[in-house]
Amino acid sequence: MAETDFEPKIVAFLCNWCTYTGADLAGTSRIQYPPNVRIIRLMCSGSVDPTYVLKPLLDGVDGVLVGGCHPGDCHYQSGNYKARRRVVALKEILKDAGIDEDRVWLRWISASEGQRFADTITEMTEFLKEKGPNPMRREWAV
Amino acid sequence: MGETMVQEPRIGVYVCHCGVNIAATVDVAEVAGAAAELPGVVISRDYTYMCSDPGQALIRQDIQEFGLNRVVVASCSPRMHEPTFRSAAQQQGVNPYQVEMANIREQCSWVHKDQEQATKKAKSLVASAVAKARHLHALEEREVDVTPGVVVIGGGVAGMAAALDIADTGLPAYLVEKEGHLGGRVADLNRTFPTMESVPELLEPLIERVEHHPNITVLLNSRVSQVDGYVGNFEVNVAEGGTGDGDPPRERPLSVGAIIVATGYDVFDPDRKPEFGYSNYPNVITSLEMEERLMNGDLTVGGRNPERVAFIQCVGSRDIQLGNPHCSRVCCMYTAKQSRLVRESLPDANVTVFYIDVRTFGKGSEEFYDEARSKGVRYRRGNVSEIYRKPGDPDRVVLVAEDTLLGEPIEFEADLVVLAVGMEPRGGAGEISQLLKLPRSADGFFLEAHPKLRPVDTAMEGVFLAGCCQGPKDIQDTVAQAKAAASSALIPLVRGSVPVESATAVVSEELCAGCGMCVDVCPYDAPAMDQLWGVSRINAVLCKGCGACAVTCPSKAIRLQHFTAEQVLAQVDALVE
Repeated sequence: MAETDFEPKIVAFLCNWCTYTGADLAGTSRIQYPPNVRIIRLMCSGSVDPTYVLKPLLDGVDGVLVGGCHPGDCHYQSGNYKARRRVVALKEILKDAGIDEDRVWLRWISASEGQRFADTITEMTEFLKEKGPNPMRREWAV
Repeated sequence: MGETMVQEPRIGVYVCHCGVNIAATVDVAEVAGAAAELPGVVISRDYTYMCSDPGQALIRQDIQEFGLNRVVVASCSPRMHEPTFRSAAQQQGVNPYQVEMANIREQCSWVHKDQEQATKKAKSLVASAVAKARHLHALEEREVDVTPGVVVIGGGVAGMAAALDIADTGLPAYLVEKEGHLGGRVADLNRTFPTMESVPELLEPLIERVEHHPNITVLLNSRVSQVDGYVGNFEVNVAEGGTGDGDPPRERPLSVGAIIVATGYDVFDPDRKPEFGYSNYPNVITSLEMEERLMNGDLTVGGRNPERVAFIQCVGSRDIQLGNPHCSRVCCMYTAKQSRLVRESLPDANVTVFYIDVRTFGKGSEEFYDEARSKGVRYRRGNVSEIYRKPGDPDRVVLVAEDTLLGEPIEFEADLVVLAVGMEPRGGAGEISQLLKLPRSADGFFLEAHPKLRPVDTAMEGVFLAGCCQGPKDIQDTVAQAKAAASSALIPLVRGSVPVESATAVVSEELCAGCGMCVDVCPYDAPAMDQLWGVSRINAVLCKGCGACAVTCPSKAIRLQHFTAEQVLAQVDALVE
């Protein structure tokens, strides 16, 4: 695959209350963004198990986005803080495993930030295009 | 709580066209065809509107005919129609938790233009939903009691109308108003259109009723400072008082079952159109200042009655440069009203309205506009680009405009200019949006759950919208929406109970090592240690299903139902393929 044709694949774990709703708002507002992302809805960013992030990366997904509510806004009071600490720890493990930790993004996007969601996906897609395919990538295309 | 054994999955997949909303961008037949090949799928179809009665009937019919035990609907966001499809499945004996949705509208057809890529993405989103569906378990539905009572935020005409309807049923309503008085923006108005009623005569009895209603608690100089809980049981903290002069606010906790947001609008600041010289010329005033003048019966400029009065419509509305592409919906009518009142009190004055389009859509409105013109108000179609002071005459200004019907530039001299300022979202709307987690539409007003079918509901269950906080509207529409919000808010209160999260966390006692980390991590005190057995047990009534404990458990003994690791990783696998 020529480097210029590379279309990164992103799996996003979004909390139901903020970022998932923000993504819905991007939709209702018809804000266009690259089709490289696949969203999995969870109730809270604090319920993102490390294996949810590791599994796709080991299977060759180019980037994983974890989206939660802004600090102080968590629907479950403190789930986003748990996600934040967990992602920091997880990045250390990724480094040891030889996976670039900057393939994992944690972003706070509220239900009212449809534009921010679209911008985040655009930004992440461009970043991963620049970075190139995940070395773990199997033979599949977006 | 009750998970049943997994049956051999028999899945029906339904790909919705949503009219052209999905079908114009996504090849729905191709998506349905691809889904038919997925393991466990027994039947796969596409249909114009899955949420319609025939669409739901299709699901029920297939459940019966093909013995389906799982339903996957690929359509809009589950936040929109999941309850619809859950109840359709349930009617035919499929557990509502064995329904899964693929969001191919908000996440696909509405945000991508390329048909091939959108179709590809839709297929993988459907594959992911089917993968999850294969691993879904039936869950038992539970209900909790509702706290009777409603908090209404905003004491304008919308908030008061909503509070009265709630209170008249015998339930308590708490009306939270940030100012020191009720009435909101309507209190600044003189007469209504198109009926020309006196606003004070309309408003005062309303305020009187609200203030003396035994079931309404009016909290003035108050703001909502914190909101916790869910539909049926909200804990709302109100900071009461605290006017600034050494009087600190008192925290007042309120327990209610629903919340109505009626926070109103801001008036466009005409200084954002400096070409009109609002701050420079005393005879250039806003429509609200005109209301005050009409109320006082004083139209004089520099001690004399004006001979020439100009009205400029759409100031701060229908203006993309200012970020306000929307129509404020009331300016055409209040301008017709004000110009007519000016003509009536100054029969010799030249009263001219500069407009882009005249929009008089309400009941009796077109007739009212006709009457204004028959009373001698002149309408000139044209955008005013500038106002300058007439040289040598300090009391007169000149409007520079283009008459777009004649196609020629004009200059119009005026002694008094009224700017028909539009409506904007409240400056504090962001704060309310954060507190209640309410999304806002592109124009900044609060977003309703569905523009046509759920116009007073929001993305947050149990939170409803009334009045101009949702978008510009006149008093009639505001009161209509307020009464609608009140009746929607009453639904859970009258039912007495609401369904609660069945997707709670459960402990597998065989795996639990009794470390107690789940107890530490839970914000709701749902897990507790059983000292005798040395294991944790989760109280399903307290559990909100956030899943924090499931991730924390080092033995992987806790499973968050409906979002189990098995289900999530099956979705990942389907996406990677």
